[in-house]
Amino acid sequence: MIESSSELGPPTPVPGVETAITHAALRRQQPAWRLMLRKPTFIVGALILLFWIFCAVFGETIAPHNPLAQQLLAVNVAPSRAHLFGTDQLGRDVFSRVITGSRSILLIAAAATVLGTLLGTALGLLMGYLGGVLDILVGRVVEAVLALPIVIVAFLFIVALGPSAPTLIVVIGLVFTPLIARTVRSAVLVESQLDYLSSARLLGEKPPQIMFTEILPNVLPVILVEFTVRLGYAIFAVATLSFLGFGIQPPTPDWGSDIAANYGVLPAGYWWETLFPALAIASLIVGINLVTDSIEQVLAS
Amino acid sequence: MTAADTTAAPGAADEGAPTLVVEHMDVTYRVRGQDRRALRDVSFQIGHGESYGLVGESGSGKSTVALALTRYLPRNGRVSAGTISINGMDPLAMGSADLRDLRAHTVSMVYQEPGRALNPSIKVGHQVAEVYEIAGLDRKAALARAEDMLRKVQISDPARVMERYPHQLSGGMAQRVVIAMALAAEPSLLILDEPTTALDATVEAEVLDLVAALREEYDTSVLFISHNLAVIAKMCDRVGVLYAGELIEEGPAREVFAQPRHPYTVGLLRCIPRGGQRKDHGRLDTIPGFLPPPGDTPPGCIFAPRCPIAEDQCRAAAPPAFVTGPDRTSRCYLHDETTNLPRNTPVDLEIPSQRDDREPVVQLERLSKTFDQRGDAVKALVGVNLSLERGETLGLVGESGSGKTTLARALLGLIPPDQGSVIDLDGQPLQGDARRRTRDQLKALQIVFQNPDSALNRRHTVRRLISQPLSRLAGLSGARLRERLADLVRSVRMEDRQLSLRPSQLSGGLKQRVAIARAFAGGPRIVVCDEPTSALDVSVQAAILNLLVDLQVKEQVTYLFISHDLGLVRYLSDRIAVLYLGRIMELGPAETVFAGPHHPYTEALLSAVPSLDGQHPTRIRLQGEIPSAASPPSGCVFHTRCPRKLSTGECESTEPPLAEVAPGHLMSCHIPIDQLTILQQNGRAP
Repeated sequence: MIESSSELGPPTPVPGVETAITHAALRRQQPAWRLMLRKPTFIVGALILLFWIFCAVFGETIAPHNPLAQQLLAVNVAPSRAHLFGTDQLGRDVFSRVITGSRSILLIAAAATVLGTLLGTALGLLMGYLGGVLDILVGRVVEAVLALPIVIVAFLFIVALGPSAPTLIVVIGLVFTPLIARTVRSAVLVESQLDYLSSARLLGEKPPQIMFTEILPNVLPVILVEFTVRLGYAIFAVATLSFLGFGIQPPTPDWGSDIAANYGVLPAGYWWETLFPALAIASLIVGINLVTDSIEQVLAS
Repeated sequence: MTAADTTAAPGAADEGAPTLVVEHMDVTYRVRGQDRRALRDVSFQIGHGESYGLVGESGSGKSTVALALTRYLPRNGRVSAGTISINGMDPLAMGSADLRDLRAHTVSMVYQEPGRALNPSIKVGHQVAEVYEIAGLDRKAALARAEDMLRKVQISDPARVMERYPHQLSGGMAQRVVIAMALAAEPSLLILDEPTTALDATVEAEVLDLVAALREEYDTSVLFISHNLAVIAKMCDRVGVLYAGELIEEGPAREVFAQPRHPYTVGLLRCIPRGGQRKDHGRLDTIPGFLPPPGDTPPGCIFAPRCPIAEDQCRAAAPPAFVTGPDRTSRCYLHDETTNLPRNTPVDLEIPSQRDDREPVVQLERLSKTFDQRGDAVKALVGVNLSLERGETLGLVGESGSGKTTLARALLGLIPPDQGSVIDLDGQPLQGDARRRTRDQLKALQIVFQNPDSALNRRHTVRRLISQPLSRLAGLSGARLRERLADLVRSVRMEDRQLSLRPSQLSGGLKQRVAIARAFAGGPRIVVCDEPTSALDVSVQAAILNLLVDLQVKEQVTYLFISHDLGLVRYLSDRIAVLYLGRIMELGPAETVFAGPHHPYTEALLSAVPSLDGQHPTRIRLQGEIPSAASPPSGCVFHTRCPRKLSTGECESTEPPLAEVAPGHLMSCHIPIDQLTILQQNGRAP
């Protein structure tokens, strides 16, 4: 038995044992972020995302006009030098509203996704590692949630609770929870087949320790991908709810509610009032999806 | 090139002309914008009806050769120099139609995983028949031919097998079907890439016999690729040894293995325990260093950095292929000095003499484990009685499905055994579930898993991986922990700078060293070694085995050594237990079990092992594969496959007890021991 260090002593020098690390192995170990930076799709996506985050943070400072200021003498003005994206029915500058409109949607979508990811990860770990009744019960709930479109479920709760930013965050976060839990659970099931968990049990580690220090680091990549995918969906959900009037409330500048407020004048030829907020939503979702795709590809390789 | 140079006969393949001629072939993979040569200047040829073996460790380029021959290289790979000629045709110059034709009629391939070569959604019969349909037969005739072919690969009930889907076949059966498909087109060249690596030894023996018989019948040339030297020795007329993409030695298989003329071949052969070599005879020799990374070519001989006799000239310029005998070449300047190559690893190893008063550390009584599989009770272990003594190695052998791993996991508390099973540690009963065992009990029983990739948390550093058991089991912290960590790292012969690396940055052998360090960290009494070297190359395997023996001598730890490789078991074990369908068939001192008289099952296992010396005693063959543990046969569970079954009907009706036939030698067989002795002597080749 190895009891004292002296008993073990220095090993007899035996030539012919491996001491070096394979060069190939070292070369392969490129940090993931560096591989990511080589991907044009990632760079484009990240730039779009960073642009909107910048707008969200510095909205009022960089916007040429006050997004709330109404100019009733200059309603429905077509895009021009003074108003890059024109003005809306109340004479508000569309460009300024698009710039500042990124704040609420990004904030709510990101917070909701963080909430959903945290809860979903915890639930997924429990379901995957402990299994049993919990797994079966939550599994059925997940199926029920999956059967309904996210927006409809969120819509029901918001009608009941009344629209507000915290409500939106909690509702969307909770709707995402079982979906994320399902993905995490299947990743945990894959890990459960591996011997390092048996090894941890033989060291006397308790289930919480095994779940959070052994398994969690190994499923983090999956969680990261899931987070970015869900972020895209969350933005879509917030925009849809705002469009339907159950999300961010006017007059706060918001892409979804601005489209809703102005699409009525589209037949009259005032296309800029809906096109630019719509493009903003589209560009943000495309940007996030580009980032997601590159993360997935890098992690898969 | 000297001996490798011959004039390839262009045009049609006439008798006598070689089927395959490869000359000066380079294969290059483009990885991240850089060309990496995976094969360099490879030249060999396979004569009509000849069987040629390519042997080498992982990363040597064996499979790349096979892929290049049929132009199946991945998109980033290409044959960047040299020529290939199959029956006088050049696959490199072919358009897609010709290439398809070549693959359909001239060259067939059989891969390691039969399951992946078959389409899971098409019935076996139709898949085989398809080959004939492509050749122009109508459906009905094709199905009839398919049935004939399946009978030829010794599938006993081809009509029924044809109605099955691939997932309903066992591994051995599926590989037979793949071989049937490969031979259906009556190819000139059959390429077998590790065809039996995924199979049990008994099944491997059958498949190898089959390939040998069919080769005679079809007069096909065979390229046989394997890492297993003994399999190559058994199957091939000539052999080429690949090292880091270069064919470093070539010649008749028997001569190359008997008198290797390249230091690498010598080293490889020395890494394998052969001819009854045992741990008390001394350490195995090893090959120091690593395979060079792909594309990294030193100016001199590619093996020089690892070669014990390398001289200045070896490092200056790459050696040409020297002719070292009739039909033999070696890419070594010093090919005359390989007969007395110095050892890389000293032999000396003090193994304390076996004491007779060994006290048992662990005792298993009536250990049973029944799994519930969709309502069926699968009896993986049935009433196993076994004791493990201090400082000994108990080898556990048996085919897959015999319950080896279940026994190990039950002992460790990873799967709770059935009610009534007893596991005693130093006379104290152990809980069936590891979670309910005390820290001292956990400390006493540890394991080295088969696959270190699975056994080590890939997100943790080596330091964390080894510190974990030190703090959790040995209860160390701070300076004391760091001190023990350093000791432990040295005792598994790793370096401090490797502590900050993660498993993916280590080679397979180093990973297994980390796993061994973890197992020994708490000061275990018993370490289960579950196939600890089966995922490793032979040169690395030897180093790991040496390490295990060294640690055992130092720590007086007991090993439960599980392996399908009987050579390894013989080298390492003091006693051997042979398991079949969850029951012990034979148990005894290692030498007795190997010397015989053996249990008929042990006899079959032993005779299934191909030997490097080219000596193949007449084999007693096992019929079919291991029966399902859900419905084990009546009486002696082995009677359905036993070649020595008694005609009295006793074997079918009553299960023989595990009885002592000689001191310390137990056997579960109705045949009296003296009769077994006579039977087995007669069954041997003269």
